Amino acid sequence: MFGFKKLFSGEAGSKNAAKERLRLVLIHDRASVSQETIESMKRELIDVISHYIEFDTNDLEFKMESKNEKVALIASIPIVSNKKSIKGA
Amino acid sequence: MSGKAIVITSGKGGVGKTTTTANLGAALALAGNTVVLLDADIGLRNLDVVMGLENRIVYDLVNVVEGVCTYNKALIKDKRIDGLYLLPAAQIKDKDAIKPEQMKALVENIKEEFDFVLIDCPAGIEQGFLNAIIGADEAIIIVTPEVSSVRDADRVVGLLDKKGNIPLENMHMVVNRIRMDMVRKKEMLDVSDIEDLLRINVLGVIPDDESVIVSTNKGEPIVLSSKNSVAQAFHDMAGRVLGEDIPFDEKPDRSFVSAVMRFFGLAQ
Repeated sequence: MFGFKKLFSGEAGSKNAAKERLRLVLIHDRASVSQETIESMKRELIDVISHYIEFDTNDLEFKMESKNEKVALIASIPIVSNKKSIKGA
Repeated sequence: MSGKAIVITSGKGGVGKTTTTANLGAALALAGNTVVLLDADIGLRNLDVVMGLENRIVYDLVNVVEGVCTYNKALIKDKRIDGLYLLPAAQIKDKDAIKPEQMKALVENIKEEFDFVLIDCPAGIEQGFLNAIIGADEAIIIVTPEVSSVRDADRVVGLLDKKGNIPLENMHMVVNRIRMDMVRKKEMLDVSDIEDLLRINVLGVIPDDESVIVSTNKGEPIVLSSKNSVAQAFHDMAGRVLGEDIPFDEKPDRSFVSAVMRFFGLAQ
């Protein structure tokens, strides 16, 4: 009964992987933006922002998302709570 | 009178464009319509063998476009089904023998005399694809529940809109070769997953069945040779094309065991 464990645990089959992968691929295809372009954009933006504020590069999120039929570039940049980190202004 | 031209396309090859063209056309003709099946896959003609009409070809699409004969002369009448005709593709190497404007004019001409023109589109998104979509009023996109097919279908949706001037509401998809046993195990994308991803309406769902191979071997449309779930799926699809409101047969092959499992919450 190989299938049983899956039935009881409610473990997702491979279709969820297919759907998630497709969701991302389609967003990139529709916007004609490759993962590499995103990466290089991300590097340049980090560079610019780091001139002004200190932030945590580990928790940085930078991705494309589909919202209400439109593709959006979402960036989440957690600023380090330390007050002296604000260099500009 | 002016009929309707529908292109059957997919992007990816081998997902069932030709089989769908043949059987949807046959089902529409059986329902009393006049139908021309136009094979636009120049150099890789196949609709003739799927229909079992390969021995009756005299003239082809390129002959018609080049003015060697009228399109009426090139049409092969299907003797089994009243009102069904095939306009075969040419088996020449030069895929660019036809220009988009010639194709558009031809489709317009045929539409004046027939209820439906079903255009079997070549795989890919090159010139042959553009020729096939240029004269179409509507598009049917064939997709199988696989990542590569869904991805290509999405590209095609974009191109139909941009290059074919076919609005989104005139695009429909057919999910081919679905396996309910795998869908139940969540090992295959289901129709609603694909609908979510592609955001176009569903015209038909065709189960994966070996009877399709058997009927293709014989050169008989499955709507003629069989009364199984695949044949029914094509009849339903034809009904929807004709504007009938036909509900989707949800899970046709659910077994008693799976019904019990569902009852106890063990399966979906």
